[in-house]
Amino acid sequence: MATSTAQEIKNCITLKGSATIIAEYLKYGINSILFQRGIYPPEEFDNTQQYGLTILMSKNEKIQEFLTNVLSQTEQWLSKNLLNKVSMVITNAHTKEVLECWDFKVQAQSGDGDDSSPMNLTSSKDLKRVQGEIRDVMRQISATVSYLPYLDCICTFDVMIHTLQNCELPNGWDETAGIFIQNAQAVQLRSFSTGLHKVDTVVNYKMTV
Amino acid sequence: MSQFNYLNDLKDLKTIDGGITRGPVPRWQKKLDASLTANRSVLSQSNVTTKTPAKLNLDKARKTPNHKEKTISADRFGDRFIPSRSTSNFDLGHYLLRKEDNKDKEECEDKAEETTANSPKSDREKLLLDSLQMGDINTQRIFCYQNKAPAAPESHVNPIRVVYSMKTPVSHKSGATRYIPTSSDRILDAPDIINDYYLNLLDWSSQNIVSVALGNSVYLWNSTTGAIEQLIEYDEGDHACSLAWITEGHILAIGNNAGIVELWDCSKMKRLRVMTGHSSRIGALTWNSFIATSGSRDGSILHHDVRQREHRAASLSGHSQEVCGLKWSTDYKYLASGGNDNLVNIYQGVPGGSTTHNEPLHVLNQHQAAVRALAWCPWQTNILTTGGGTADRCIKFWNANNGSLINSVDTKSQVCALLWSKSYKELISAHGYANNQLTIWRYPSMVKQIELTGHTSRVLHMALSPDGNTVISAGADETLRLWNCFTPDPVASKKPSAASCKAKPSILRSTSLR
Repeated sequence: MATSTAQEIKNCITLKGSATIIAEYLKYGINSILFQRGIYPPEEFDNTQQYGLTILMSKNEKIQEFLTNVLSQTEQWLSKNLLNKVSMVITNAHTKEVLECWDFKVQAQSGDGDDSSPMNLTSSKDLKRVQGEIRDVMRQISATVSYLPYLDCICTFDVMIHTLQNCELPNGWDETAGIFIQNAQAVQLRSFSTGLHKVDTVVNYKMTV
Repeated sequence: MSQFNYLNDLKDLKTIDGGITRGPVPRWQKKLDASLTANRSVLSQSNVTTKTPAKLNLDKARKTPNHKEKTISADRFGDRFIPSRSTSNFDLGHYLLRKEDNKDKEECEDKAEETTANSPKSDREKLLLDSLQMGDINTQRIFCYQNKAPAAPESHVNPIRVVYSMKTPVSHKSGATRYIPTSSDRILDAPDIINDYYLNLLDWSSQNIVSVALGNSVYLWNSTTGAIEQLIEYDEGDHACSLAWITEGHILAIGNNAGIVELWDCSKMKRLRVMTGHSSRIGALTWNSFIATSGSRDGSILHHDVRQREHRAASLSGHSQEVCGLKWSTDYKYLASGGNDNLVNIYQGVPGGSTTHNEPLHVLNQHQAAVRALAWCPWQTNILTTGGGTADRCIKFWNANNGSLINSVDTKSQVCALLWSKSYKELISAHGYANNQLTIWRYPSMVKQIELTGHTSRVLHMALSPDGNTVISAGADETLRLWNCFTPDPVASKKPSAASCKAKPSILRSTSLR
């Protein structure tokens, strides 16, 4: 009896835990994109082991700070299911033209545990399986270099968070308009799910004629 | 109102089935307008009799502006309200207006949706917005953090460039992997060889004898035995300017600086004939069976029928300056000549005879320098290759049938001579400054196969051995170098022989059947 409850606890993903998993995925995903797309010099990256892969993480303090701030807020919104989509936008630093947009679309799922209250949802999906799914997406991100256009300019990036209408604007944040890429081409990568959130990764890029 | 245009466009997009709002006014509408204004004028005239004096005045003023204008204009514009628009925020105002509008619309739509569950318009709107990735403006907010991430440093160059700039690697393994010796097989001394771009001082006979003019002498080098013989030594000041072996290989034609063509029987070391006709030195000579063709500094080209007492068969015009290249096509249908006037002329020939017309069939004027290097493709007999001098540096490919340029390759160096390989689909070119190299090109891709360096001064002349394996080159550095660059691949050479063995019986069979 005791073992079975222990097991239940062990395999349980709560809404908060799911948010943490997704925020972590976003952190590694965004860093990986920054490296793979060559947006920042490769000297500014350090390799780490995650999801059974070697992922290059930015050493730049400003980028690290930016991502920590953004992602901690994202995690909060995620844990309240206030979030639709996180967009990582790559723009030309000089002309401000949007060149590429990585959309991480988040869909809430009901999970398979107790669904009496929306805040107490749980999922019994194995963490290993979730991480395996994430690994597949990360691999695909690395492989996108083969078809995405070459970014031949000094670039910068921004993260835009699409939340529900009833979400309050926190301190240090701005409301912004949606972005639009002219002559865009979208490629959907694999999805993964924690049981409580399903995350689709889509890359939109500007077609070069 | 530029801020409306985008939204208006969007709206227009959504209502394709709506009325036409842009473009010229339709004909029926123009007519309607015209009739309406006509009516109005009638009405206004009728108003004259009734009691609306103010309006009447206005109408009149509009029609006859010079009449009573002053007083009326004071009436009209004196109390006009002109708003100051510089302070109003149109974007905000428009947005707020629209927002209310949308709310109303949505309420309406909600009601409508209650009645008709799936209104096609809202569906389309949704799809459009979705595809535009705008999301519904009312159901979501987009946030971004104020302290943006820094841009990459200015000096940064995207390292992924390597992936994109990589050209498809030219595999040296695929296709004809073949070994080409990079150094010359033999080097012979050629003292006093005249360093003149306009002369042709080297030829290799079908009997394997190389003739070369050094200073005022002509030497024969038997490449099988290695024996060297001096054929002739001219008087001081005279020298040979061009050498050409007859196809059969025992008679050598020598054009000298006096404009005389001499025929020598080299097996007997005896001069057979002296043919005059040119007023200046003969820089180019070529044979077509019994016709020797000579090109001279005076720009003339002569056909000499060596069997006839009256040897001059024809004279070709077309060059205004020195002729420095002459070549018959491999099927003797065309004669190509290159001159110092940067022209390449192609003359229509008769196999086993001279040319039919004295005027060139095609005049090719794309070269920017004197054309000395001429070569005809052995397997595509209408393809002519020409190479230009220092100012041009190009190898050009021509279709002699219609005189069109097929391809042009900039070699970055003076092209002195060109030869086609008999065993490979390749050609070799001899160059001057800066590397004095021989370059082997694959045809038709014109990929550089190899560069053979060794000469220390420009490579002026080149000749192919009768078996097609060896190339001899004469440089201004007073050396002759032999390159075994076209040696057939032992594995590959077996296959065609096997194929020809197979082909032979089939021909026999077909003839016996007949």
